[in-house]
Amino acid sequence: MVVIYTSAVLASVVILAPFAWLIISSVAAPADLLVKPLHWIPAHASLSRYADIFFGANTETVVTFRAALLNSTIVATCSVLISLGVGIFGAYAFARLQFRFQRGILLLFLSTYMLPPIAILISLYLTMVQLRLLDTKLGLVLVYCSFITPFVLWIMSGYFRSIPRDLEDAARIDGCSRIGALFRVVLPLARPGLLATALFGFLLAWDEFLYALVFTSSLSSKTIPVAIAEFTGRHAVDFGMMATGGVLASLPPLLIAFVFQRYIVGGLASGAVKG
Amino acid sequence: MSAAEGSEGRKRLSRREFLGLGVAGTGLLLLGGCGGGEGGGSGTLNALFMKQAAYSDTDVKNMTEQFQKQNPDIKVNLTFVAYEALHDKIVAAAPAGTYDTVLVDVIWPAEFASKKMIVDITDRFPESERSKIFAGGLKTTEYDGHYYGVPWILDTKYFFYNKKMLGEAGVNAPDTWDGVVEAARALKSKGIVEYPLVWSWAQAEALICDYTTLLGAYGGQFFDESGKPAFNSGGGLQALEFMRMTLDERLSNPASMESIEDEVRRIVSQGEAAMALNWTYMFDLANDPNESQVAGQIDIAHTPKGPAGAPGVNGSMGMAIANGSQNQDPAWKYIKFMTSQKIQNQYAKLSLPIWKSSYDQKEVVQALPQVVPVAKEQLNDMILRPVVPQYNEVSHTLQVEIQQALTGDKSPKQALDDAAKAVAETRQS
Amino acid sequence: MSQRRAEKLKNLPRAIVPKGGAFRQGPTALILLLPSLVVVFGIVLYPLLRTLYTSMFDVNSAFPGSYPFVGLGNYLEALERTEFWAAILRTAYFTLSTTLLEVVLGILLGLLLNVEFRGRWLLRSIVILPWALPTVVNGAMWRWILNPAYGALNALLTQLHIIPEYRSWLGTPWMALNMVVVADVWKMTPLAAFFILAALQTIPRDLYEAAWVDGAGRVRTFFSITLPLLTPTIVIILVLRTMEAFKVFDIIYVMTRGGPADGTQTIAYYTYVEAFSNQLFGYGAALAYVIALFILFFAIIYMRLLRRGEVEY
Repeated sequence: MVVIYTSAVLASVVILAPFAWLIISSVAAPADLLVKPLHWIPAHASLSRYADIFFGANTETVVTFRAALLNSTIVATCSVLISLGVGIFGAYAFARLQFRFQRGILLLFLSTYMLPPIAILISLYLTMVQLRLLDTKLGLVLVYCSFITPFVLWIMSGYFRSIPRDLEDAARIDGCSRIGALFRVVLPLARPGLLATALFGFLLAWDEFLYALVFTSSLSSKTIPVAIAEFTGRHAVDFGMMATGGVLASLPPLLIAFVFQRYIVGGLASGAVKG
Repeated sequence: MSAAEGSEGRKRLSRREFLGLGVAGTGLLLLGGCGGGEGGGSGTLNALFMKQAAYSDTDVKNMTEQFQKQNPDIKVNLTFVAYEALHDKIVAAAPAGTYDTVLVDVIWPAEFASKKMIVDITDRFPESERSKIFAGGLKTTEYDGHYYGVPWILDTKYFFYNKKMLGEAGVNAPDTWDGVVEAARALKSKGIVEYPLVWSWAQAEALICDYTTLLGAYGGQFFDESGKPAFNSGGGLQALEFMRMTLDERLSNPASMESIEDEVRRIVSQGEAAMALNWTYMFDLANDPNESQVAGQIDIAHTPKGPAGAPGVNGSMGMAIANGSQNQDPAWKYIKFMTSQKIQNQYAKLSLPIWKSSYDQKEVVQALPQVVPVAKEQLNDMILRPVVPQYNEVSHTLQVEIQQALTGDKSPKQALDDAAKAVAETRQS
Repeated sequence: MSQRRAEKLKNLPRAIVPKGGAFRQGPTALILLLPSLVVVFGIVLYPLLRTLYTSMFDVNSAFPGSYPFVGLGNYLEALERTEFWAAILRTAYFTLSTTLLEVVLGILLGLLLNVEFRGRWLLRSIVILPWALPTVVNGAMWRWILNPAYGALNALLTQLHIIPEYRSWLGTPWMALNMVVVADVWKMTPLAAFFILAALQTIPRDLYEAAWVDGAGRVRTFFSITLPLLTPTIVIILVLRTMEAFKVFDIIYVMTRGGPADGTQTIAYYTYVEAFSNQLFGYGAALAYVIALFILFFAIIYMRLLRRGEVEY
């Protein structure tokens, strides 16, 4: 048992240390970060950077951050909702129906993961221009749905398959249509899988960088990863501010992950693991 | 707008500009006088800039607001990206015509012009105006005898040194590269600072800037008259050998291999280096008590002399009109405004003007009293990096090979020979 | 479910539970799949094909225009260039080391999380953290930690007297690549751990009890029961991570920009540089499809292995 607890503590330390340092950096005064030997507890800690971002002066950095946080939240949430909404039906088809090329079609969807984003970047850029979707949140959402949906199809079809048919069939005997059974019986049972998939999708969208970098330019659609990358710009590297930005950029995904984490294992168990 | 009207408009423009510029000191705004009815004067512009410490986003926004007040029928949308992303953004945007004006680095007009991504504005930019700008600055946007933009930020890497540290070591501020090495050895042996020199030698364009400065000092060339690579012998080779020597003797901070300009500034500001090359912006920040531990100790000077001279690397940037722009006339107005002497003088503290006469004007001299005298000399003595359409590839090859020489994986000669071979192939394709 | 209900189920009319009938359910399936098809391929299909088309021309600018047709020339050129193979090699090293480490550490972590102990929920919450951190933040964070002049790693190691003085971690090609591996492993191991945990929880207890009864020690049990049953999951992790590793771009962009001396230039980053920095879009397009082929290759291996895994079940 001692072994277990020691390992747990060790694992926790290794996992938390880098992020803890990031948090400390975000509250330390600039001078504290540049002193040698380094003091792990900063001499002059303050939440001033956070205060600036939330309440304070509208410097470009701050304004950019707030806008980027908002954009990322909207884009990620919408992408996940749309992908789930669309993918559930397809996943149901894979799980419950039999049709030609079933396996092939699923593979076709999954094959989109094989192509690196760089492959379609310029052509996609031109398409976005023609559709006037450049520098819009909607444009990003549509692009993100295109790679979150296959994921939904994969995980949820596995999950649906693991739900016994009897319950659905019982509902349909009672006069439900297939779709009705889907909503009334299957989905409620599939909640863990749905939440796990939603979490995955949210993280995928929040994390996406290359498309956001190329497709966004103004604050109307710039997302957090782009804003963070800009911090390491040519002249203005402020470690403390970078750390603050990093912490804030991580909060939404972290919160969502904490809330939904107990569903991950369940969702994976029936979905991905069984193939 | 008919062609006739347009050219007549331009003629009127140049006469007025001539008068306007002729007035020393704060001249009247050129464009304000042009008024309405001058073909294609309205619209919405999308302007691409970069995030930087020289003109900050706020400064550019303020300048733009002044422009919009003078030209109420032109609206400008500003976009700022990091320098590293700027080139790729311009490339991605080119076929779509997303931007009307773009900020271009001195190393890009060759590439952009040859691929017709930016507009030839030689006709709009008469000799009468050009002669008022530093010749070195003009080269920023010149390619193949034509001009593809107007220089906006004139900059070169100066030599910065910590006069207190040098004083402690009993050496005068060196003005030759040999002198720099002597001073560094003295500083190190007296234990004043462990690594007296720090450079921007990360795998980035900054590395080529440093290399170019040294190559110029040692009289090297990138290409010879027939266009063949010539940096692997003579001055080019000596420059790299110099760099390697300072690392071997532990006079240069090994962190240089991961550093670009802002890290250099930081290290100097922490008192952990005594001498460095950097852009104008470092002077203010390194002497600012809020940003630096050595405020007041940092002096700026002309780049040290080598056997062949002391040119500074031309690191200027210019504003250009993107070829896909539907609003080229308003875009030109905007560029003329932003590069006008009045605006440049107003913000001289952040970035010195492109206009020669500004350097004698009180407003400018008082903005950066220590820098202006040095700048006047240095800006007339600049060296360009290769002006070839495949510059990015050439630069990348050089960066990789130079770094391999600096880490000791290859000898300087071997590295540059390999680079020369690769570059020759690139230029042929 | 009541006895009556169950009986009713057995006598269901065929119409509600159709058997087989590959064609009968096709149209329904199509309707259900149509939204997904539209969403996934609607915006993406044309660019996908367009890039394939572009890869067969010698393109040197972003503008549409007439460029010389070279057929498979770009692909062949890639195979001839040393930089290409260097990038492939680096990517292979990155892929192998990250997936290996993530699988091994993931198994250890998964096993740990599978044990019931007090405060396990806390550990589970902590484990989620690196994975939820955006890649860009992860890259910037490690870059800061590995800073040669002020970084926390240097501070820690010197204070513990493990190294004599601050040193550079991202300043030499080999070291930089390994540091990127560290950053990636730190972030992605939790995902592997959760996959493993999910798989562990599907292993029936009786197997363990039978082994215990037979006198097998813990290590023996692990190798003869747990590990074989984990194989399908491990394969899934391997494939997923391999696909991602071959495409790895974001973390390189933020941590090292491909340097030093191209030491961290993976194949995806190389593709980006050729396409955007050098404006060689035809060549870049070919490279992108080469990456896809490599990934497809691995995906096929995955399917073979998984099928074999199922048979063993």
